[in-house]
Amino acid sequence: MKNHHVVNHQTPSVDGKGIMMGRDAYSDDFAHSDALIIKIMRSPHAFAKIVSIDTRRAEEIPGVELILTHKDFKRNAYTRAGQGYPEPSPHDKFVLDEYVRHVGDEVCAVAAVDVKTAEKALHAINVEYEVLTPVLDFETAKDNDQRVHPEADIYEMFPIGFDPKRNLAAAYHMEIGDVEQTLRDSDVVVKESFYTTPQAHAMMEPHTVNARIDYNDRLLIYSSTQTPFHVRRILSQALEVPLRKIRVIKPRVGGGFGGKQALHGEMLCAAVTLRTGKPSKVIFTRQEVFESTYSRHPMRIDLRIGAMKDGRITAIDCYGLSNTGAYGEHALTVFMVTGSKVLPLYNKVEAVRFHGDVVYTNHTPAGAFRGYGAIQGNFALESIIDMLAEKLDIDPIELRMKNMIKEGETSKIFEVMGEGTEGTAMDMESCKLDYCLNRGLALSKWNKTYPRQMISDDKVRSVGMAIAMQGSGIPFIDMGAATIKLNDDGFYNLTVGATEIGQGSDTILVQIAAEALMTEVSNVAVYSSDTDLTPFDTGAYASSTTYVSGNAVLKAATKLREMMIEEAARVLQCDSDAITFDGITFTDDKTDSISLKDLSNKLYYNDEQKQLTATDSYVGHKSPPPFMAGFIDVEVDLCTGEFDILNYTSVVDCGTTINPMLARGQIEGGVVQGIGMATYEETHHNKKGRLITNSFLNYKIPTTKEILKLTTEFAESYEESGPYGAKSVGEIGIDTPPAALANAIYNATGVRITKLPITPEKILQGIKEKENKR
Amino acid sequence: MNVTFTLNGRLRNVNIEPGDYLVDTLRQLGLRSVRRGCDSSSCGVCTILVDNKPVPSCTTLTARMDNKTVTTVEGIPKEASLLADEFGKQGADQCGFCNPGIALSAYALKLNHPNADETMIRHFMVGHLCRCTGYVSQTTALKAYLEGKR
Repeated sequence: MKNHHVVNHQTPSVDGKGIMMGRDAYSDDFAHSDALIIKIMRSPHAFAKIVSIDTRRAEEIPGVELILTHKDFKRNAYTRAGQGYPEPSPHDKFVLDEYVRHVGDEVCAVAAVDVKTAEKALHAINVEYEVLTPVLDFETAKDNDQRVHPEADIYEMFPIGFDPKRNLAAAYHMEIGDVEQTLRDSDVVVKESFYTTPQAHAMMEPHTVNARIDYNDRLLIYSSTQTPFHVRRILSQALEVPLRKIRVIKPRVGGGFGGKQALHGEMLCAAVTLRTGKPSKVIFTRQEVFESTYSRHPMRIDLRIGAMKDGRITAIDCYGLSNTGAYGEHALTVFMVTGSKVLPLYNKVEAVRFHGDVVYTNHTPAGAFRGYGAIQGNFALESIIDMLAEKLDIDPIELRMKNMIKEGETSKIFEVMGEGTEGTAMDMESCKLDYCLNRGLALSKWNKTYPRQMISDDKVRSVGMAIAMQGSGIPFIDMGAATIKLNDDGFYNLTVGATEIGQGSDTILVQIAAEALMTEVSNVAVYSSDTDLTPFDTGAYASSTTYVSGNAVLKAATKLREMMIEEAARVLQCDSDAITFDGITFTDDKTDSISLKDLSNKLYYNDEQKQLTATDSYVGHKSPPPFMAGFIDVEVDLCTGEFDILNYTSVVDCGTTINPMLARGQIEGGVVQGIGMATYEETHHNKKGRLITNSFLNYKIPTTKEILKLTTEFAESYEESGPYGAKSVGEIGIDTPPAALANAIYNATGVRITKLPITPEKILQGIKEKENKR
Repeated sequence: MNVTFTLNGRLRNVNIEPGDYLVDTLRQLGLRSVRRGCDSSSCGVCTILVDNKPVPSCTTLTARMDNKTVTTVEGIPKEASLLADEFGKQGADQCGFCNPGIALSAYALKLNHPNADETMIRHFMVGHLCRCTGYVSQTTALKAYLEGKR
């Protein structure tokens, strides 16, 4: 580990105080006071064709400015996914369409002077539907007689297995070695199917957008988005407005977790302002956030795993069936991550296959969500590893130690599978997974408790664990850029396209800049994500910010330091090689010196005046994975199936932690979100496809009462290609809880839960079934 | 209709519609720390203090505020700053959308139960959903904030 004066220090976030004190920060805090209020009519049907929309009564209501229906838009298929160009998601969505494909899909929109008028107008609109039979069961969606997307004018940007005639948004197949033959030759084969749920992001700030035409006659949008530059591009494409006429500002975002990677309010808000010339705004209700944005892709994962008696894992066969709901946002890429960021954990196999389908159904669409397929795959794989260990009669820790990926090794999967495309071969130059596992054993109650410890006649304590990997951006696709400007008085502005959404990116990017410029955090003012004022960045997704945007900041800061040294050499009349700079003073080899403050004041006011600004960018040539071992301590009541989570231990290798405290926040927040998915966050639909769990009253996320203790540590690790040795850390925390909990419940009760969420009801049912068999 | 209440130490007379909710009235009055996270008093984001007790403003009618004392985080800058320092030390402030509401509940806790232990803090704060932090860092910060006054 190298010595740093700013990086790897527990710097408080640069913006926390202002936000706590209630200062203007989020999108709606910047809305125009006279903004028209947009309300969207939502489909009550899971699948229907709009026969007619009668807006005459609504138009006559005083204060109604504009009503938009599908007839007001040219048919121009796009994807809301919020990805780079060309998108690996099908262009299968229209701003408004004659079909509605899920309960909560957009029917039409009203813009009015206030909320009451807009709501009154919605009630006055009469819509006639031809109700169609919805496709609600994702396991019978493929080749179903009913087509979710019967229209002809939708398309894929490049081959992704898109076949709407068969209800396929995407499909994928890859095989390395001969899986069937290797499984036949294995001593032991374990087979199981696993089901995951459509988890809701449940970020605290609902999707919020406002728009106006500025005095330069350009469209100005404030949006709670994770991808301001993609928003600009996709708005331009779908609404046919030149890119140069659009400016997107992302103020503070109240949580995203992938849910704000896509465009959800931007299209209609932009359309209203473009057509009326007036400012407008839309804030989604919590019900809209649940029903009308998107969820995690629910999946069925069929796994077969083979091993020899000595514990050598020989082959893994993984078939996945993913439900993308009404639209194919992130359909292929989430699906591929289910393989590409899970299966390389066991890189010594002779053969591995990953294949499957992503189907359309008439449910709320699925999209990007922290973990992005890896949590689904991890639940399946890390559950079956424990099942295999039992069958082999080998300790599950020993089985993992023997077969898991280690530093200096690689997996053929990295080369074969990317995100929507071929992958990138890479060796694990930093991988402390073995340390994470050993340290987790020591920190948790594993050695004392495994597999179980009876507390009383009906209470039992147990432990479970899982290992995981993620990535650090998408190689050759994700690009981040940064500009650093020297000001008079010797302070700096850092502008980045990288998107602060609460994860602390502004703070850690300032730390990287301050480290390179040898200055204090307080001497660097940061401004992020404004498509006019900051350089480009693909956005806050795919665990890219620390590694990709961080490297861009390091390059820009290094460049500016060289420029400053050159200017100091000119003033001190020496060679720039003779200059040393300690962050405050430039000194030459003859002990002449000039302070940064004096140099900057000279540069702006007195002597060969010029602006010093450095811009640089970075695109990853690989995606070094962060790794983690997660251990859960639980106490189960054998009479009721209820359980308490006593502690969750995380040991993480994310290279150097730029800010250990904020990195801990990423891990702990991810772990608790993963615990939510594993336990409390159950979704229910009625028979007609309506989401019943559409509010915080019946969709329960973890609260401060359930999360009692979290133990989080980081491995000493250094990734050569990362900024100051860092890898990214945004997603890895979420991956392990479902499998770790499933394994702990099995260790406690002998009940193997293969369908999330893991509820007391399922545990108790399993206990009863076991008793009946006896 | 007209309603008169004390808002952050200042007597205000506001003209409202009978069905107006407090969250909207306060935002219209420029107190933009008050934000809506849901509309069923189930997330805690819009929490404000009425007579020093935490109340969800998304389901509270402004009409009921006659002669009451309403406090938003703009009215307790010193306390919010103290809590922000503790949150900063723990890395407990991520997206921050829930933080002004938490600051008000924390202040109410300090006023009403200054010696609250960790269990009581957890019970008192249970209405404040946070999707970012996992709560443990927040609870530690809240403990330090309460201890600061003792």
